[in-house]
Amino acid sequence: MTSSLLIEQLLNGVQFGVMLFLMSAGLTLVFGIMNFINLAHGSLYMIGAFAGAATQAATGSFLLAVVAAPLAGAVAGLALERGLFQRFYARDHLDQVLVTFGTILALNEATRIVFGLTPLRMNLPDALAGHVEIIPGVPYPTFRLVILGVGLAVAALLYVVIMRTRIGMWVRAGASDRPIASAMGVNVPLVFAALFGVGAALAGLAGVMAGPILSVQVGMGEPILILALVVTVIGGIGSIRGAFVAALLVGIVDTFGRILLTPALGGMAIFMMMAAILAFRPKGLFPAHG
Amino acid sequence: MADRAPIGSGWRERAPAVLIVFLLAATPLVARALGDPFIVKVATRVVVFAIAAVALNFVVGFGGLVSLCHAGLFGVGGYVVGVLAWHDFNAEPLLFLPGTSNLLVSIPAAAVVVGLLAAIVGAISLRTSGPYFLMITLAFNQMFYYGAVALQKYGGEDGLQIMSNVTLGPFDMSDRYRFFYLALAFLAAAMFVLGRVVRSRFGMALRAASRNETRVIAVGVDPWRYRLVAFVISGVVVGIAGALLAAGQQFISPVDMGWDRSGDLVVMTVLGGIGSVWGPALGAAAFVVLELVLSSWTSHWQLAFGLLVILIVVGLRGGLADLGALAFGRRGTETAHG
Repeated sequence: MTSSLLIEQLLNGVQFGVMLFLMSAGLTLVFGIMNFINLAHGSLYMIGAFAGAATQAATGSFLLAVVAAPLAGAVAGLALERGLFQRFYARDHLDQVLVTFGTILALNEATRIVFGLTPLRMNLPDALAGHVEIIPGVPYPTFRLVILGVGLAVAALLYVVIMRTRIGMWVRAGASDRPIASAMGVNVPLVFAALFGVGAALAGLAGVMAGPILSVQVGMGEPILILALVVTVIGGIGSIRGAFVAALLVGIVDTFGRILLTPALGGMAIFMMMAAILAFRPKGLFPAHG
Repeated sequence: MADRAPIGSGWRERAPAVLIVFLLAATPLVARALGDPFIVKVATRVVVFAIAAVALNFVVGFGGLVSLCHAGLFGVGGYVVGVLAWHDFNAEPLLFLPGTSNLLVSIPAAAVVVGLLAAIVGAISLRTSGPYFLMITLAFNQMFYYGAVALQKYGGEDGLQIMSNVTLGPFDMSDRYRFFYLALAFLAAAMFVLGRVVRSRFGMALRAASRNETRVIAVGVDPWRYRLVAFVISGVVVGIAGALLAAGQQFISPVDMGWDRSGDLVVMTVLGGIGSVWGPALGAAAFVVLELVLSSWTSHWQLAFGLLVILIVVGLRGGLADLGALAFGRRGTETAHG
C-alpha cells in the first residue's frame, strides 16, 4: 500500500469515525443516564436524511437541508421520548428492546409509504463537490473534509458543554448516580428529555451528512445503528470520551478491514475487535460507572 | 422431587404443551380434507419457529438473558445442513469428509457445530450483563451474518439452494407431510426436555440467578457456569430449528439470520409469554400466521405489525399465555423480572 493511499484511507476511517461519533453520542448518554436501550436511534438518523433530502428537493438549498435534518431528528426524538419511551425507563431491557424494535418496523414502513421504494439522492453544492489536495498528490473530496470538521467541532462542543457547564455537570451527575443526582435537586427527567432531543438532533445531522455519500433509503439506519451500538459498548456505556475514542477506532478498523480483507470478512472485523475488547474489559474501555 | 420449584410439576403445566402438539398434529388432516397442501407448508414454518422461540425463551424467560444472536445461531444450523447437502450433490468432499443429505447425520452435525459456537459466544458474552450482553450478542449475530455472506462458494448473499433429495435414513423427506411430522417430533421433544430442565435443580439455580444474582452467589452457586450451560442448550435447540428450516424449504440464506430476525424471535417469545416453556410456541404460531395474513392484505404490513408490537409491550405483559390465565381467572404465569 502506498503512503498516499494509506493517508487517504486513514482520513476515510477518521471521517467515518466522527460520523459514528455523532450517532453514538446521544446513544451512550441515553444508555448511561436512563439505562434505556434505544434501538430506534437509527430511525432518527433515517428521518434526518429524508428530511434533508426532501428539504433540498423542495428548496434547492443544501444549507437548509443541513438545518432541517437535525430539527426533524429532534422533533421526532422528543415526540417518541415523551409519547412512548419515557414509560419504559423503569421496565426491563426486554421490554425496551421490544418497544424500540416495534418502533423501527413502524417508522421504516411509514417512511416507505411516504417516500416510496426508490432511494433519494442528495446533491452537493458546487463549492463542496470538488476535491482538495491536502497533501500534494492526495486529492481528497471536500465534502468528506467538511464532515470531518463538523464531527470534530460537535465533539469539541459536547466536551465543553459536558465538562465545563452546569448543565453538563447535571448530565454527568445523572450518568454516574441517578438517584443521588435526583435527590440533590437535579431535574433528571427534564435533563434527560433535553438530552434525548440533542442526541436525536445529532443522529439527524449524521443522517443528512451521509445523504450525499450514501443513498437516502429506508433501512439505512440499521447498519449504522449496529455500528453505533458497537461503539457505545466498546467505549463504555455512558462515557462521551469512550464513545469518541471507540468511534475513531471502529471507523479506522472498519475502513482498513474492508480494503485489506474481502468485503464480507472486513464486515466482521469490527465485531471481532469488539468481542476481543469485551472479553478483557467487559465494561468497555472507559466505564462511566465505577 | 423435593427441590422442584412451584413453577408447576405435573400435568397442569404440561397440558398446554401436549394440546399444542396435538392441535398441530391435526393440521395435515385439515390440509388433506381441504385439498390445500399450502396449510402444511405454513404449519411446518410454525413448528420450526416454535422450536426456535422455545429455545430462545429458555435463556430469556428462565435465565433473564436477552440474546439477540439466536437468528445467527439458527442460520448456522441451516447452513450446516445446506453445505453438507451441497457437497453431497456435487460429490465433492468437505475437507476429507463426504457430504450428506441424510438428516440423521446433518441434524446432529448442525447441533454440534451450533453448540460449539454457542459455547464460544456464551463464554465471551456472559462476562458482561444487562445492556452489554444484549449488544455483544447483537454484534455476534452480525458476525455470523457477514460470515454467511462471505461464503461465496455457497451462494454468498443469494443464499444456498439444496439441490439434492433430503433423506432421513432410508426415508425420503421431500414428502411434505412426512417432514412436518419430523419437525413436530422435534418440537415435542424440545418442549418436553426443556420443561424437564427448567423444573430440575439446574433450572431452579438458573431461574434464581435471574431473580437475585447476589443471593445465588451468596449460597455458593456460580451463575456464570449455569448461564453458559443454558446458553449452549438453547443454542443447540435453535441450531436444530435452523437445520429443519433449511431442510424443509430446501434453501437457506443470510436473510434468515439478519439481526431483525433475532428481533422477530424475541417478539415471538414475548408474544407467547416468557413465563412458560410452551408459551413461545403459541407466539411463533401467532407471528407466522399474522405475518401471512397481514402481508396478504397489504405490502405495508410491517407498519401494522410494528404498531401491534408496541401495543403489546405497552399493554399485555405476560403474552398470549396470559390470555388463557386471565380467562381461567388466575395469573399463573410469571415474568423473568417480576
